[in-house]
Amino acid sequence: MTVSDGGARLHGQVVVAGNASGAVLYATQPLSFWGGYDAASGRITDTHHPLAGATAAGTALVLPATRGSSTTTAVLLEAIRRETAPAALITCGVDAFLALACVVGLEMYGRSPVLVSVGEDDFRRLADWPRLEVADRALTRVDG
Amino acid sequence: MSGESGAVRLSAFDRALLAGEEGEAPKLAMRILARMAEVRGAESMLDIEAAHIDSTIYVGDAGLEFAERLAGLGARVRVPSTLNVSGLDEFHWQEWSVPPEWAEKSARQMRAYDSMGTIPTWTCAPYQGRQTPRFGQQIAWGESNAVAFANSVIGARTERYPDLLDICCAITGRAPAVGLHLDENRLATRVLRLRDVPEELAAADDFYPVLGHLLGPFAEDDPVAISGLPVIPEEDQLKALGAAAASSGAVALFHIPGVTPEAPTLADALGGREPAAILDVGLPELRAARRELTTHAEGTLDMVVLGSPHFSFAEFGKLAALLRERGPERALPDEGGCELVVTTSRAVRDLAERAGLLEPLHAFGGRLMVDTCVLATPMTPGTTRRLMTNSAKYAWYSPGLLGSAVAFGSLAECVESARRGRVVREPGPWDP
Repeated sequence: MTVSDGGARLHGQVVVAGNASGAVLYATQPLSFWGGYDAASGRITDTHHPLAGATAAGTALVLPATRGSSTTTAVLLEAIRRETAPAALITCGVDAFLALACVVGLEMYGRSPVLVSVGEDDFRRLADWPRLEVADRALTRVDG
Repeated sequence: MSGESGAVRLSAFDRALLAGEEGEAPKLAMRILARMAEVRGAESMLDIEAAHIDSTIYVGDAGLEFAERLAGLGARVRVPSTLNVSGLDEFHWQEWSVPPEWAEKSARQMRAYDSMGTIPTWTCAPYQGRQTPRFGQQIAWGESNAVAFANSVIGARTERYPDLLDICCAITGRAPAVGLHLDENRLATRVLRLRDVPEELAAADDFYPVLGHLLGPFAEDDPVAISGLPVIPEEDQLKALGAAAASSGAVALFHIPGVTPEAPTLADALGGREPAAILDVGLPELRAARRELTTHAEGTLDMVVLGSPHFSFAEFGKLAALLRERGPERALPDEGGCELVVTTSRAVRDLAERAGLLEPLHAFGGRLMVDTCVLATPMTPGTTRRLMTNSAKYAWYSPGLLGSAVAFGSLAECVESARRGRVVREPGPWDP
């Protein structure tokens, strides 16, 4: 897949394909969804995390990876069930925990966030994107 | 479910499961596993000898629906499979503030996993019971602290299996051949070097959660070695180290030369290579990490909570000795005092009971919670806002999961604080 950023084109990996768009929530710290993501409200609740308090439901959540608890997958699956999950999840390298929740989300509920893994340089470029769109297998910056 | 990934070489058995020849449950489990093997870039799958199922924790209807889907398809585990904590203390939840709807769903999730032929251990410390794996065994374990212990202290081989995937491995007896299952990925690539840590401090129980708290962010999810430790830690100290490092980071394997089985020497831990990163840690860094674990530095407490990971038989021995030594005088909860709660497994509770180790706790008015932990259940009242604990895992997760402020301290400090109903610090090896 292609990451478009002011003409630059780089390659990432689509783990779960689909179309999505949303405001970018970006952090360089990993997040544990267990104890860190409230599936009832779609808010980030990990007080150690810089995105604490932000509503992640429906956004393009950009995180390097998950951290810690193995219950992260169950929490993301619950968010998928309640439709409080992010619209897109972008990670730096493939995060198997998020991938699993998305794979089981498709099995159980027929829906999932779009999940894309990018390399380190691409990941850093996403820092100042206000919004992004995943469509036709490309990540596109959306301003305004 | 389209996505980009490579092909996995499936065995005839894997393909038979995928084709549904062994039934619908193994078919679903193998479909998820095969997809995850692709995502991980596995070349093949391997046999596992045991599993530990973390999917047992009720965190919402999705996990319950998944469990009941599998159970409804007649799922049975193919390898000995222990169960992690549940969402409630099955036989005593009525004594706590559990909403009946939560209890009902949590119990349904327990029944679903019970029905699959599993071993009902209901503990996050399955390595301190009869189901402990052996060195070199391929296993599929969930529960981050248990994974760290199994890999590091025992030398069994497991990836960090997330909820939902652990049970798929158990039902199929198979796992993607990736990560820590393979020799070449078990060597340390980073070294945390302890500098001038006094023996007295390194022998203290509360040193290990602090060390783990520092280790997590440094190691991230790479195997890491710890050098310069001046003592041989006890099992419960290694347990506390792994639990802390798997909370503040994603540590699944640590080596301590001369202590853990895959690291006779630091060079062995590193496979003779240079580390990619080194972190020097001395008293200033350790003291700062210890302070970071505390968000409630002084004042009154609602609860002192021990047992994450689940309290062991040896820890009950230490607690009993401390409670006897300090005596039963205390501020009672309705006189401005606080609760003392210990979380453990049914098996350890029963042993501790028979050994007479619970008497001082009962005399004190302390409470036991089995099958679960205060983070995984709403059994703790919502009015519990100020906690004290000797566990870095409780200290790490309580603010996000319970909305509470936390004081981290040694076991002795926790006991003394429980007696007085407020945070008490004692002189010790942390002092300048």
